[in-house]
Amino acid sequence: MKKREFWARFQRNRLAISGLVLVTAMFFVALLASWLAPYDPNLINLQEVLLPPSPNHLLGTDTLGRDVLSRIIFGSRVSLLVGFVAVGIATVIGLLVGALSGFYRGWVDQVCMRLVDVMLCFPVFFLILAVIAFLGPSIWNIMVVIGLTSWMGVARLVRAEFLSLREREFVAAARSLGASDARLICRHLLPNALTPVMVSATLGVAGAILTESALSFLGLGVQPPTPSWGNILTMGKDNIEIAWWLSVFPGLAILVTVMSYNLLGEGIREAIDPRLKE
Amino acid sequence: MWLYLLKRIFFMLPMLLGITLISFTVIHLAPGTPVELQTTMNPKASLEAQKRLMELYGLDKPLYVQYWDWLKRMAFLDFGRSFSPDRRPVWDKIKERIGITLTLNLLTLIIILSLAIPIGVLASVKPYSWFDKGTTLFVFFGFSMPSFWLALLLILFFGVYLDWLPISGLTSLQFSQFTFWQKLQDLAAHVALPVLGAALLGLAGMSRYMRGSMLEVIRQDYITTARAKGLPEGTVIFKHALKNALLPVITLLGLSVPGLIGGSVIFETIFAIPGMGQLFYSAVMARDYPLVMAELVIVAFLTLLGNLLADVGYALVDPRIRTG
Repeated sequence: MKKREFWARFQRNRLAISGLVLVTAMFFVALLASWLAPYDPNLINLQEVLLPPSPNHLLGTDTLGRDVLSRIIFGSRVSLLVGFVAVGIATVIGLLVGALSGFYRGWVDQVCMRLVDVMLCFPVFFLILAVIAFLGPSIWNIMVVIGLTSWMGVARLVRAEFLSLREREFVAAARSLGASDARLICRHLLPNALTPVMVSATLGVAGAILTESALSFLGLGVQPPTPSWGNILTMGKDNIEIAWWLSVFPGLAILVTVMSYNLLGEGIREAIDPRLKE
Repeated sequence: MWLYLLKRIFFMLPMLLGITLISFTVIHLAPGTPVELQTTMNPKASLEAQKRLMELYGLDKPLYVQYWDWLKRMAFLDFGRSFSPDRRPVWDKIKERIGITLTLNLLTLIIILSLAIPIGVLASVKPYSWFDKGTTLFVFFGFSMPSFWLALLLILFFGVYLDWLPISGLTSLQFSQFTFWQKLQDLAAHVALPVLGAALLGLAGMSRYMRGSMLEVIRQDYITTARAKGLPEGTVIFKHALKNALLPVITLLGLSVPGLIGGSVIFETIFAIPGMGQLFYSAVMARDYPLVMAELVIVAFLTLLGNLLADVGYALVDPRIRTG
């Protein structure tokens, strides 16, 4: 598919463009957090505990007098890091399993796809909870566990692409020229199978951010004092009757971020294959 | 049909076995033991005592022996005893709670279905109308909404701001003195918010799917034929189209089981509902291996059962599946 064609279609989709703009903006917020945040996110000020939003503290303060806006800005770092690393892990595993499955077929395919079936039947959120609780909550554990439990979709996509691509003439041509299996997979098949993976990776970032925030909310994610959107919301839940701003704003940040990745992903999908838009 | 059913049930066993094997290994290979967790709080616990506890729990044996022992007990549906100080049989603990979680999820499913089908049909009959666009927007919000945030917002609005509904627990303090109708009302008030939250989230996916499925069917030749022979539009949509569009939705119902049950952990923790989700949360926090394993098995079983029912339902209504 031609790049220019893709761009032309993508640009016409206003929702997709707003997704892209928001995703880019979030990226810069995370990168420039130290400049953008009005306060030190961990600065405790017991004179200013649980203040409602005001010009001084735009989104109010928490139970330790910390500025909520600053904590949300720094929290974006956690979300993006977890989102990208977890999806990176999932994509690599998915590519590997899917490629082997689709290229070699036969028993390799059988074994891989049964593994995918088992993993899909897994009560994944339960397993993630158990593993994180046992390993101890840390940002690295979360990224690895989310990555290890979300590769199945990619594997199926890549397998399906491989199954159809391997019958094509250019693959037969490369094979008859004596290309090795590894060369066939890496140079000829994988590059052609990457477009659908791009969509699922973008949507995957959204899913990973949701899972991380849920884990942090349950106290099994990023641990305070490191700010994450989920753990600010935990404080919001504990003070829900007296401090609404602690519950509203971090969740809004999650919603907007996740939605922009979803919009971007859907936009890419429709730009790749306009028939899907109905 | 019976052969198909048997085949499907037969295939469930290796799946369940695979799930237990992976869960067991992952859980037991994690560093640290429940014994450490129970004894670090107590400086008097000697190494001797720790060893006795390990033996009591059977944790001193090699992993594959432990798994085999566990599997043998599982064959008789014996989930063992909890590691918690009361040492109650795991099944007793689950029995008290499984009904609550299943009832709540069933209520959620009923609400989702009874709303998603009309919404999907309306949206698909007039694509790109304001109603359809509104639905699409709602779906995007639903997909991106963190479940626990939705729960918090519901609590803030209905529980704190309007002060209409209770925000935690399943019953009020004076529950035992209520009459039957008061009890029913009290229960309904308590489950309203968690069920509403879960239903809103599930509704997003289901109505989107229903719309897609309807659009797919409406394009078919037999719908054009039905219209061409002069049938009223209502008959075409509800009799010819809807019946066929519901088929793929049956499958999605089965597949939505793990999501719903996964959501139970979050909703039950937030609303302090004594169900399976909350039990699981406290079990992982206390490293109660038998309880954690039992819950994983039950949830996996429910998931497989959901898939099976979906496939069987599909096969019942679509003869191509069971013969082909």
